[in-house]
Amino acid sequence: MPRPWLSVEGIARRYGARPVFRDLWFGVERGEFVALIGHSGCGKTTILNILAGLEAPDAGTVVMDGRQVSGPALDRAVIFQSHALLPWLSALGNVAFAVRSRHRDWPRSRVQDHARRVLDMVGLTEAAGRRPAELSGGMKQRVGIARALAIEPSLLLMDEPFSALDALTRGTLQDEVLRLVSDAGQTALVITHDVDEAILLADRILLMTNGPDARVAEIVVNTLPRPRDRQTIHRTPGHHALRSHIVDFLVARSRTLAGSRPEGWDGRRVPEVRPAVTPIEETIS
Amino acid sequence: MALRLRSALLLLLILAAALGAWQIAATPAAPTGPALDPEYAKLLGTAAQGGQQTPMPRPSDIAARAWQLLRDPFYVHGANDQGIGIQLGWSLLRVLTGFGLAALVAIPLGFLIGMSPVLHGALDPIIQVLRPVSPLAWMPLALYTIRDSGASAIFVIFICAIWPMLLNTSFGVASVRREWLNVARTLEAGPWRTALAVILPAAAPTIMTGARISIGIAWLVIVAAEMLVGGTGIGYFVWNQWNNLAIADIVVAILVIGLVGMALDQLLGRAARAVAWRE
Repeated sequence: MPRPWLSVEGIARRYGARPVFRDLWFGVERGEFVALIGHSGCGKTTILNILAGLEAPDAGTVVMDGRQVSGPALDRAVIFQSHALLPWLSALGNVAFAVRSRHRDWPRSRVQDHARRVLDMVGLTEAAGRRPAELSGGMKQRVGIARALAIEPSLLLMDEPFSALDALTRGTLQDEVLRLVSDAGQTALVITHDVDEAILLADRILLMTNGPDARVAEIVVNTLPRPRDRQTIHRTPGHHALRSHIVDFLVARSRTLAGSRPEGWDGRRVPEVRPAVTPIEETIS
Repeated sequence: MALRLRSALLLLLILAAALGAWQIAATPAAPTGPALDPEYAKLLGTAAQGGQQTPMPRPSDIAARAWQLLRDPFYVHGANDQGIGIQLGWSLLRVLTGFGLAALVAIPLGFLIGMSPVLHGALDPIIQVLRPVSPLAWMPLALYTIRDSGASAIFVIFICAIWPMLLNTSFGVASVRREWLNVARTLEAGPWRTALAVILPAAAPTIMTGARISIGIAWLVIVAAEMLVGGTGIGYFVWNQWNNLAIADIVVAILVIGLVGMALDQLLGRAARAVAWRE
């Protein structure tokens, strides 16, 4: 089996002797959008930080494009849950800070132009000069998205990017991210506990059991066709089965499967399921 | 606006009442007591002629004296008779030099302490022991080692101004949000860029608060320091006028010291607002 483009190989995190998660294996292919879903305490954010290079795993390794991840780098951008904007810089200044990091040799005017273009892309042309304190929660997260996209990363990492926003804003921002990511063919990984978000955005959804000793119990392949539309996706055939499967997992199985691992469990061969595929489709394929 | 007007009116009323009471209380009654030998009385001065103490100056006396002192603040009549403006200038020069040197040491050192828990653990006991020491206690040591009274006064200002800036800088640097540092890390910003573009602006309001406390303490200490070292400065002026029993001059000096201290504080307050940020 060839190694996937991004390959997570047996990583673990321990608190003292107790593992938060261990023996975690999964891969992400180029251009793929993967969601990692699970309850708090299963170590989702730690996994994302390890992929970003902000933390080192206690065991195992992450390999991206043939190179081991050993620290943060410009080819992996992070959209933080708390947006993490620098409050003394304007929206434009925050994006320009990232652009300057990527293109150290660019003159100031070119950096500003590029930053302005990325802000246009997320619909913040008017707010470029404002500081984060003068922006709404949704606008702040748009700046966070612009800052991440401005460095043209090969992998976009999102840590519950919309969980701090109200439902309406969350919806529009999900649309925005969906559009930007599919336009650019961006490889992305999103951590979430929002089932609908995962179904809307992801090609594959990794379901994590509760911690401690959490694991990816199942990989749900999202076969709903693209482009997806938030307004109509719930009427797509298979949506109900897919959603029910994930909700069932989060409500019950994430707990009952937690802790012990079944006989013959192999972290490298996590079962894949396709709940959205109807019996007719299955016979065709 | 109406509130400010009412406050201003009340302030005027309080001032008028206090100064009026002072004026009446300090106005001497007609001289009584035994008459002195006129020759002896002439030697002792006007106050002693009545067999009394030097009287407390009345607000009107002080106002008249203030007018005399401030009309020509920059005259120089020899080493022991110089205008109050010149004396203030010396004090300000010492305070700003000592404060500037303290900032040059405290801010970089505070940066290192804030970034390195090991260094913090190592230096914190030293800081905690030296910080509560009255800066004047350093004076003899300074005079002994530096052997120059002017430089010793500056050293005393340096030593009292360094602690608030050092502690605030290290605290401000140590409490920079981890997520901002993570942003810098994911953008591969080097240590210098992270220090100057992320940590410094993040900690700047805390550092400025420390600087504001420092300059306040420095201005408090300079008067006492100059009383000790003598020669020039507003502190020396106060002590000199005490030796001359020129009480009105001392009151004028107190008012001027207060006004300059307020101006210094406002100046740094303005600088603090310039670097402030809001989330």
